[in-house]
Amino acid sequence: MICICCRVLLCSFVEHRNYKIVYRRYASLFFLVGVDNEENELAILEFIHLLVETMDRHFGNVCELDIMFHLEKAHFMLEEMVMNGCIVETSKANILSPIQLMDKAS
Amino acid sequence: MALSGMRGLSVFISDIRNCQNKELERLRVDKELGNIRTRFKNEKASTPYEKKKYVWKILYIYMLGYDVDFGHMEAVSLISAPKYPEKQVGYIVTSCLLNENHDFLRLAINTVRNDIIGRNETFQCLALTLVGNIGGREFAESLAPDVQKLLISSSCRPLVRKKAALCLLRLYRKNPDVVNVDGWSDRMAQLLDERDFGILTSSMSLLVALLSNNHEAYWSCLPKCVKVLERLARNQDVPQEYTYYGIPSPWLQVKTMRALQYFPTIEDPNTRRSLFEVLQRILMGTDVVKNVNKNNASHAVLFEALALVMHLDAEKEMMSQCVALLGKFIAVREPNIRYLGLENMTRMLMVTDVQDIIKRHQAQIITSLKDPDISIRRRALDLLYGMCDVSNAKDIVEEILQYLSSADFAMREELSLKAAILAEKFAPDLSWYVDVILQLIDKAGDFVSDDIWFRVVQFVTNNEDLQTYAAVKVREYVDKPAIHETMVKLSAYILGEYSHLLARRPGCSPKEIFNIIHEKLPTVSTSTIPILLSTYAKILMHTQPPDPELQNQIWAVFGKYESCIDAEIQQRAVEYHALSRKGAALMDIFAEMPKFPERQSALIRKAEDSEADTAEQSAIKLRAAQQQTSNALVVTDQHPANGTPPVGQLSLVKVPSVSNVDQNTTEQGVTQANGALTIVDPQPPSTPSADLLGDLLGPLAIEGHPSAAVQPEPNLASGLEGGSNAAADALAIAPVEEQSNIVQPIGDIAERFHALCLKDSGVLYEDPYIQIGIKAEWRAQHGRLVLFLGNKNIAPLVSVQALILPPSHLKMELSLVPGTIPPRAQVQCPLEVINLRPSRDVAVLDFSYKFGTHVVNPKLRLPAVLNKFLQPIQVSPEEFFPQWRSLSGPPLKLQEVVRGVRPMPLVEMANLFNGFRLTVCPGLDPNPNNMVASTTFYSENTRAMLCLVRIETDPADRTQLRMTVASGDPALTSELKEFIKEQLVSIPVPSRAPAPVPPPAQPVSPPTATSDPGAILAGLLAERLIFIPPCFTDGMRAGDPKINFLKK
Repeated sequence: MICICCRVLLCSFVEHRNYKIVYRRYASLFFLVGVDNEENELAILEFIHLLVETMDRHFGNVCELDIMFHLEKAHFMLEEMVMNGCIVETSKANILSPIQLMDKAS
Repeated sequence: MALSGMRGLSVFISDIRNCQNKELERLRVDKELGNIRTRFKNEKASTPYEKKKYVWKILYIYMLGYDVDFGHMEAVSLISAPKYPEKQVGYIVTSCLLNENHDFLRLAINTVRNDIIGRNETFQCLALTLVGNIGGREFAESLAPDVQKLLISSSCRPLVRKKAALCLLRLYRKNPDVVNVDGWSDRMAQLLDERDFGILTSSMSLLVALLSNNHEAYWSCLPKCVKVLERLARNQDVPQEYTYYGIPSPWLQVKTMRALQYFPTIEDPNTRRSLFEVLQRILMGTDVVKNVNKNNASHAVLFEALALVMHLDAEKEMMSQCVALLGKFIAVREPNIRYLGLENMTRMLMVTDVQDIIKRHQAQIITSLKDPDISIRRRALDLLYGMCDVSNAKDIVEEILQYLSSADFAMREELSLKAAILAEKFAPDLSWYVDVILQLIDKAGDFVSDDIWFRVVQFVTNNEDLQTYAAVKVREYVDKPAIHETMVKLSAYILGEYSHLLARRPGCSPKEIFNIIHEKLPTVSTSTIPILLSTYAKILMHTQPPDPELQNQIWAVFGKYESCIDAEIQQRAVEYHALSRKGAALMDIFAEMPKFPERQSALIRKAEDSEADTAEQSAIKLRAAQQQTSNALVVTDQHPANGTPPVGQLSLVKVPSVSNVDQNTTEQGVTQANGALTIVDPQPPSTPSADLLGDLLGPLAIEGHPSAAVQPEPNLASGLEGGSNAAADALAIAPVEEQSNIVQPIGDIAERFHALCLKDSGVLYEDPYIQIGIKAEWRAQHGRLVLFLGNKNIAPLVSVQALILPPSHLKMELSLVPGTIPPRAQVQCPLEVINLRPSRDVAVLDFSYKFGTHVVNPKLRLPAVLNKFLQPIQVSPEEFFPQWRSLSGPPLKLQEVVRGVRPMPLVEMANLFNGFRLTVCPGLDPNPNNMVASTTFYSENTRAMLCLVRIETDPADRTQLRMTVASGDPALTSELKEFIKEQLVSIPVPSRAPAPVPPPAQPVSPPTATSDPGAILAGLLAERLIFIPPCFTDGMRAGDPKINFLKK
């Protein structure tokens, strides 16, 4: 695998056989998405950012510890956004509403 | 902040993060797994809360990359828990840990179904998500109707319906039958009217999947997609929540434009106009802005719009606008945009008109070949490869060669293969080709596959002009101190064959050649030694007068290898030793290898094969590659070698196995073909007796033109040919007889003709002195043929005459043919053809020339035959049946029972029809034993005329069938019927000659989206988009300060 740590000003897409990896780096945290050739790379790149912004809205100043210690919430959010490899929802309010409901209930 | 009160889990995660190294982490994980296992065994002790906690721990451990072989049952059992928190954990963990084939999943199928049809919409969502992620065939069969109901239900909230859409997509992929096309297309169109963006986004993904399988059924969705796009582009009625950095849902825009690319065209002018307005607005209105996110999102939309414009084949103006944009993109600093610019420019190559504009950016693209980013370099290489043609091949290939020495290993193989293919396809002259390959082997020998050097050998062997040059060149390379083994193989082969051509040059005496090659022997592997042995044997035989010292040296080598453990080496050593002791009598066995039959490059084939399984864009590349291949053949045809023994399929005398040992390394098939061509006669080596000659040439002399004997010809042609013989006989008795004995065509004229009836370029005629190639283009009733007359000799051909004897239905005009063809030259003579009316008569080229005292006068049928004026056309049932009914009976519709048909399966017959440009329309005739085909015929009289054909076969007796032909013109109907009959009754015999075999015009198999079996990522990425959980990098531990990684 290519050493992505040193890829500062490089392209966010890495080709691997018939697939591509679209990745984005936030501080020392990498988000990777594997896609096939039928996907719009830039749209996926921004989708990663949408996920991060959504987490930020929920946790407030999100950091990797939030993701790590709230594993289940990261999962819920992702489940609301992606299903079977397709985008389901891109509205942050809609993504977060089930989690907020749950938080209230507990 | 701990996990909703699950302290144990938080502690565990902290522990893991505090581990100093991988070993400690493993110990901690093993301890925890042991703990959980004990807890689960003691089932009564674990409360739902505990179960939940342990299942999360298992998921966490699984995410860290450890195998977890238990706990699945517990996860699945949580699905049936009545309380939401437990149920939710059950669903999420199950869909992470299990795949669709897991047995436990079956246990859950009932609970899942109850949740889906139940009233609780949060439960519905959980269940739909699980099925949408890991549902298999069983789910598809039992749940599809329920899911469909939810999707279209008006009482359901969008929250549930958007998940139902993607759930249905999964079920559809597992079993396409779950979506009933007839009923569903209207509902799909209705879904696109939805206002809710969640439903629209997921429905659009569903639509893309449905369209990729069958776009015909969903035409009604096309205008709806355009409406959605308009709404987004104009920012009408887009909720704030769905606007991303000021751009109305870029993801929905992208998906919608992707869906539109599945429709081949847009016929409705209004829809087309609105769409182009939107596209124009996107193309013009996207500016580069400072904000990265906004920039990315708007360019995501822009690139998708570019792809759609290219797909729709817009007006020239818009296209050049696209190219201009792409030209801008490939020069920007932003690597992502540059990458996508290069990628889309490669796609753009399919549009023929813009190639010249793309070429203007060549320098910029070459710069990208040296970019620090490998993804960009790959794209640049692909683009250079795609845009290469004769005009820029030298520059591009030299750039690639130059880059090769500094390229990283990951790319060298691809680079060398591409350089080799380009050099072969577009070589302005063959010596350049040889130079390129030698440099390639020199610079990146490890990455040069055998195919590449085999191909060089074929070219050198087939082109006499090249032999001395190649020998001189490899002689230079072998002087280098350390050369790659592939170079040893190639140079040994070429020096063995052709070093005698250099004998008078300094450093090229047989002894010196032997010594320099023999120096390499200790360094090479066993696969190379046989080649070296052959080289020694050849050098020995070429040394005249014999040099006893060299002979002893070589015999010593043979002697040494006679006991070699490798059978191949041993056999060669023994045989060569024995043969070479017999002296000059065996010269012929070691004579130069005969010409290889012309064929497609294995490299290009390989490149095509490897590309065939990738995306649609490669299918286009493939087509381009095939077109270019035919050019490549023309290039090689320009340098035909002479001196090939003029033999047809006459079989030869014994061929000792030794003579083709050299070729064992190449394909077996070639060895045989060549074996059959070589005349090797060990008994009378110098002057064959008259009897033998008579024997050899007898059958041909008696039968005259082989074409007449092989195949019953249409009257006109055979009459002419017979006439020519008779006329020749009458004209001059002795010399003509001699001539007919001496100048025999190479290959079978009839077979060549039949091959050319199916394809548009190839060799029409060849004999030892001349080769006549043909290249044709057909458009409606017009045809343009170019005859390539190539003199294969070192002496000029004089008194060249070409006369066209056109049948009455063809108007033909041949441009002036020069009277003399200079040595080794090729002249091109264009021939214009206009088809006046339907007829099966064939035009004849009466060709003659004089070589020395011999007059050669072949009469050749020209492949301007009926099927060349057909244009394939696919008709739909709605077009076919009314037309078929309206043509009612003779003379417009003719029916005949044809007997004596060559039995063949229906599929083969369909291929044959397609080859003749009669498009077989599958599914029109419900009876599987029948076949329906359609085509358009063009002539001055009839103009474009639709022809319909129906074949009814009898499965019990394949030798007979009933054929019905219908068209709007009586003559056409009857001629076409007779034409098809001829094809069915007398299929051209399979070619045995080295002539290019007519490729049975197979429909190009659709590029299948096979998953790469070895793909490491395949498992991970089996679906289109899977989130790989954030990696927890080693450097980040719990003790680290909390870093906010989201740039504000």
